[in-house]
Amino acid sequence: MILQIFFLIVALVTLVSAFLVVTARGLMHSALWLVLALFGVAVLFAFLEASFFAVVQVLVYIGAIAILIIFAVMLTRRTKDDSGARLIKGWWVAMLASLALFAGLVVAMSTWPGFQIGPGAGPDPAILPQFGMDLVDPNKYAIPFEVASILLLAALVGAIYIAAGRKEGKG
Amino acid sequence: MPVFPSDPYGFLTQWFNNLLLHQGLPETTVRLISFAVGSLILVLGSLLFCLLLIWAERKIGGRVQDRLGPNRVGPYGIVQAVADMMKIFTKEFVTPAGVDKVVYNLAPVLSVAAVIMIWAVIPFTITFFGTDLNVGVLYIVAVGGLAEMGIVMAGWGSNNKFALLGAFRAVAQLISYEVPMVVALLLPVMLSGSMKLSEIVRSQDVWYIITAPVAAAIFFITSLAENGRAPFDLMEAESEIVAGFNVEYSGLKFGFFFVGDFLHAFTIALLFSVLFLGGWRGPAADQIPILGFFYLGIKTAIVYFFGLLVRFSLPRFRIDQMMNLNWKMLTPLSLGILIATALVDKGSANLLSSMAPTARLIVRSIILVLANVLVVWSFSDIFDVALGKRPRPVVALEPRPVARPEQPPTPTEGGTP
Repeated sequence: MILQIFFLIVALVTLVSAFLVVTARGLMHSALWLVLALFGVAVLFAFLEASFFAVVQVLVYIGAIAILIIFAVMLTRRTKDDSGARLIKGWWVAMLASLALFAGLVVAMSTWPGFQIGPGAGPDPAILPQFGMDLVDPNKYAIPFEVASILLLAALVGAIYIAAGRKEGKG
Repeated sequence: MPVFPSDPYGFLTQWFNNLLLHQGLPETTVRLISFAVGSLILVLGSLLFCLLLIWAERKIGGRVQDRLGPNRVGPYGIVQAVADMMKIFTKEFVTPAGVDKVVYNLAPVLSVAAVIMIWAVIPFTITFFGTDLNVGVLYIVAVGGLAEMGIVMAGWGSNNKFALLGAFRAVAQLISYEVPMVVALLLPVMLSGSMKLSEIVRSQDVWYIITAPVAAAIFFITSLAENGRAPFDLMEAESEIVAGFNVEYSGLKFGFFFVGDFLHAFTIALLFSVLFLGGWRGPAADQIPILGFFYLGIKTAIVYFFGLLVRFSLPRFRIDQMMNLNWKMLTPLSLGILIATALVDKGSANLLSSMAPTARLIVRSIILVLANVLVVWSFSDIFDVALGKRPRPVVALEPRPVARPEQPPTPTEGGTP
């Protein structure tokens, strides 16, 4: 009972802050609401006793990506007096697209056998080591995992190349 | 059944839980209440403990720099921090015009919370810990990210360009030093095979400062930098950016940042003891849990003292020196030691499995120490280059002719160049 009340509060906070990401005045506020929305998702993971995903959510999305977004926003000019229309013309197209995506996800997830299980059961404790093993198992996900790593490495190298610029008289 | 004198914590929790259960409350509610009470006690305890830390730091700092430190209020000036606290309580909150109210007021809270949240997973004794997360180490790193959020919010919410510059600088430093710190944290995880802090403590039959000395050193240096104190106190360079991200704060809100700072210094000493000095382990700590508390306290005090010694004796780095140290020395070294330890530990596993337990421990330690020495020795070239003792070797090819105009187009008269 208490857990359900907590869940409802967290879900409400997450949804409201997700809504405010889009509608808030000022880019910086949007970024901060995004942080709160992502944190709410982390709390939801914690409710499901998936502590690994809760922690990774905080680590990656708040510790890294949100900080990066905030930096980008802060370096953008005129973030404070942001006073235009909040919605672009084709907003309903975006809404339809995201609704379609949401519906698709729900349909796809509902075929999964674990869809009906309520919270509290907790995940199988052996599932996380299994997840780790599968990522490096050549018969399962080793190749996609390595490809993703190479993509990230390429992005790193590219970022350094762009940031370093070219020195005078070289290359 | 825990007995009182040897395990007061276990005794008290059991007593408290039984008390609530006998009132007819359901078990989930009892768990919820006891967690809430426990966290309240932990938070209050750590914040009050901070008063002692402030005194200790000022006193030790005074002695290191050949001063007396606080010596007027109470014996050895021990109540000085209380007097300062009273003063800061009575100060006026000055909120500058144009600040972003919510963000501005939330930032100090967040930066203290980020430190105290670490205390939730630290095993103080074999029975005394907040919660034993199976991703404890990852949790510590993640919580560190919240501290960065606090600084960014303080810098931006203050509506002051110096605060913003200070926040940029601070976050750049924190993010950079997080890289080698996380890699160094992987070594205890790898050697113990678990991210649970209690498991890491339990597996330290040989302290990890012996089997992973380089990682311990990297963790110590980077955690000093994460704390933002001298020699890494660039984020509050008074001469350049007034006082950094907290320039617009006054009274208790300013005090919050400093409480967070003092507590962080102690918390990293605590973490270092847990991860590298065997935590609560010591003679008879298994049977009498309260002893573990003292062992951990002594280890932490020693590490804390060394941290203070560094803080009060070294001058501030220049910003390029700070970045050089991180990116050109600590990061490659931490990656090198990670790879070497992984290879050596896995490679020698077969050899070791046939030995007796004691011999296995000794041989494994010797092999790991040798690997550490070897890695440091093989990195000496890189360090020489990074320290400027030797010119950087040219590895790039000579510039090749490419199809492009030899002369860049000259700007036309009157036009914009």
